[in-house]
Amino acid sequence: MEQKELRAWEARCVQEETVRCTAACPLHVDARTFCKLMAEGRMDKAWAVLAKVMPLPGVLARLCDGPCKAACVRKDAGGAVEVDGLERYCASAAKPVAPPRPLPARNKRVAVLGGHLAGLCAAWELARRGFEVTLRCVDPGGPLRDLPEAALPKGALDGEIESLARLGVTFEACAALTPALLDAELADKDAVFADGDAFPAIFDGCGLPDPLTLGTQRAGLFASAPGEPSAVLRAAAARRAANSVDRYLQGVSMVTARELEGPCATRHFTSLEGVAPVPPACPDGCPDEAAARAEAARCLQCQCLECLKGCAYLRHFKGYPKVYARQIYNNESIVRGTRTANKMINSCMICGQCEAVCPEDFSMADLCLDARRTLVARGQMPPSAHEFALRDMAFADGGRCVLARHAPGTGSSAYVFFPGCQLAASDPDGVAAAYADLRARLGDVGLMLQCCGAPAHWAARDAMADDAAAALRARWEGLGSPRIIAACPTCMQELARTLPGAEIVSHWSVLRTLGLPDGAAGGGSLAISDPCAARRAPVLRDDVRNLLSGLSVDAAEPRFTGETTPCCGFGGLLSEANPELGLAVARDRAQSMDRDWVTYCVMCRDMMARAGGRALHLYDLLFPRVEDPAGRPAPGYSERRENRVRLRERLLREVWNEAADHEAEPFEAVQAAFTEAAAQNMETRRILASDVRKVLLQAERSGKHLLRTETGRRVASFRPAVVTYWVEYEPADDGYLVHNAWSHRMRIKGGQP
Amino acid sequence: MSLIKLPELDGAGWTCASCDEPLVPMARELEYLDSKFTVELPTCPKCGYVLIPEEIAIGKMFRAEQLMEDK
Ligand SMILES: [Zn+2]
Repeated sequence: MEQKELRAWEARCVQEETVRCTAACPLHVDARTFCKLMAEGRMDKAWAVLAKVMPLPGVLARLCDGPCKAACVRKDAGGAVEVDGLERYCASAAKPVAPPRPLPARNKRVAVLGGHLAGLCAAWELARRGFEVTLRCVDPGGPLRDLPEAALPKGALDGEIESLARLGVTFEACAALTPALLDAELADKDAVFADGDAFPAIFDGCGLPDPLTLGTQRAGLFASAPGEPSAVLRAAAARRAANSVDRYLQGVSMVTARELEGPCATRHFTSLEGVAPVPPACPDGCPDEAAARAEAARCLQCQCLECLKGCAYLRHFKGYPKVYARQIYNNESIVRGTRTANKMINSCMICGQCEAVCPEDFSMADLCLDARRTLVARGQMPPSAHEFALRDMAFADGGRCVLARHAPGTGSSAYVFFPGCQLAASDPDGVAAAYADLRARLGDVGLMLQCCGAPAHWAARDAMADDAAAALRARWEGLGSPRIIAACPTCMQELARTLPGAEIVSHWSVLRTLGLPDGAAGGGSLAISDPCAARRAPVLRDDVRNLLSGLSVDAAEPRFTGETTPCCGFGGLLSEANPELGLAVARDRAQSMDRDWVTYCVMCRDMMARAGGRALHLYDLLFPRVEDPAGRPAPGYSERRENRVRLRERLLREVWNEAADHEAEPFEAVQAAFTEAAAQNMETRRILASDVRKVLLQAERSGKHLLRTETGRRVASFRPAVVTYWVEYEPADDGYLVHNAWSHRMRIKGGQP
Repeated sequence: MSLIKLPELDGAGWTCASCDEPLVPMARELEYLDSKFTVELPTCPKCGYVLIPEEIAIGKMFRAEQLMEDK
């Protein structure tokens, strides 16, 4: 990732954008933090937030009219937070703080002419920046002294005038502000600021100052325009002028990059979804601390984090997309050391939910797939992340599972049924029933059994994906490029990518047209879970709901559904690269509704079943075969492989009247039974029954194994390819009983089998 | 290369079936990706058959593999 690309990614995540209130505030007060501290009753800390950015905070906090309220997100849920009232309460309740320490001396002298609010604020801002400031005025404060004590206590004004002195401002009284005084100060000082309210005569004959710079037609003279009613806007003008004096004395551009001064635009987004309206606690000023805290607690503490709400993966790594983009960028620049972002990169489900909910369409899928591609290209992809899944894909695309045939007795196919390798693995009987139904009602429907290529795509193994796609295309073209009837939404998505131009319809669309198969049975209320691959397929989602309604199923929609549906934890190979998180994602989903689920992706069904949920695949309703299909356990890895093999053999035998063409390998003849503990360990450790049989065959042939003296059990190892498998077993009638199995990827050098 | 010792693994309770020899700790070389280690592991002194017990494979060894995969 180039730094330019990082910036583009970062720019799409608005979480770190300035919140709306702060952007709308002419002085950019951090009202969110202020409200948080006020709500906690930490008045002194809250005051420090104001005093950090406000000039003369004891004055301005009391005179602020809260322009942020127009931008407050709470505005539409009971009314904007009364930040101005909170400021006034805080000014009276908090301990005053010392003025900020000025920056190092700049050795430049600036005069401020006029001591109304703008003049005082300008003196403050200039002194903070390290300028030597002389304030020339008749009476510091001017009309501020005429305000009623309730609005601005004299003590507050005098206190801030003292703070000005502590900031280093020199007060020089004068009888009147005159053109002669201006001339003298311009000649004597490096720059001059004139308070337009105190000294309106300076505009005679030369017009108002430039709104962007507050510069005038005289070099070195800056001024605030007179008559601004808002105190905080007068303070903002003083700050703008101080910035201009700074630029002027540094000799840099007066006009570039000033967009963020004063009220400015922001892309920050906060959703009001689920926010109950609450009216202001004290709309006419806060009478006491309890009221002030209650009002401050109405602040929503604005955050975007829309993408985190529905994604356990994004929450799990404790950041948000902007942070993740930076981590990926840093991960890629590591030459020696640990790439700590690998797990995060390989845990994204590539499901597109974040992109669907993000106000700026941030796609973690694109970000993480690119990052995976880089890891693969550099040979840095952790081998354990995807190898098992890619082996499984190779098996599903191997001779024992693949089939591409016209229907028996036909020489061509108008359609080909593509159930997908996971449906074949989980519900081979459902696939057989569906294929029989399609042939019975549509006639010349061919069959393709194989993987769609999704695992290679998710693993960012482009070469492998291309090879698989080429083989798939050849088989499909061999059948005459028929229209594809796909049962799996992920297959539909993959096939659309790898077979551009192919006509792909979902099995659900076909059934909507054909009508329900004989024997279909529904009824009751089920929670519907759209698979993530159906996110961008509204027609598909609609077809399924139509079928459910035809089955008299009352389909209840979860909070995240349709376009915002989450992944089940399988997508993007999450359940392989990070099994615990994959299961947690599935559990989250399974537990989010109080009834059985129905879905139309068999991996969604199996993931929920694995996580202890009860879920049906649509085939369970369309082609009912078993008692309580929602309680059917998800088959394990070995069983999935066997199911694919047996499905192919069964269809060859029953549909095409052909015997199995597979020559069994020697390890397949090894008779092995597994204890429950062994089976469980094998499943979580991704050890296949075929791997165990290979170990047993090796031990049998070599006569080599170890003995655990205590139990008399045998232990042997074998490394068929890149993983060494260990099996603890004992001989049993005509074979072996397997008690345990474990594996490691490290290689033992020196002749270990 | 320094020798990694796993004192909990002394080979007690294990014998090599074909050699009828008790296993004893011996230095063995392991490799993964670009890294090599020498680890003392229960080994048959006669034929060199090594035992990687379950708790090592799923514990220390697994963690080391994960670390090396991210290097
Ligand atoms: Zn031996």
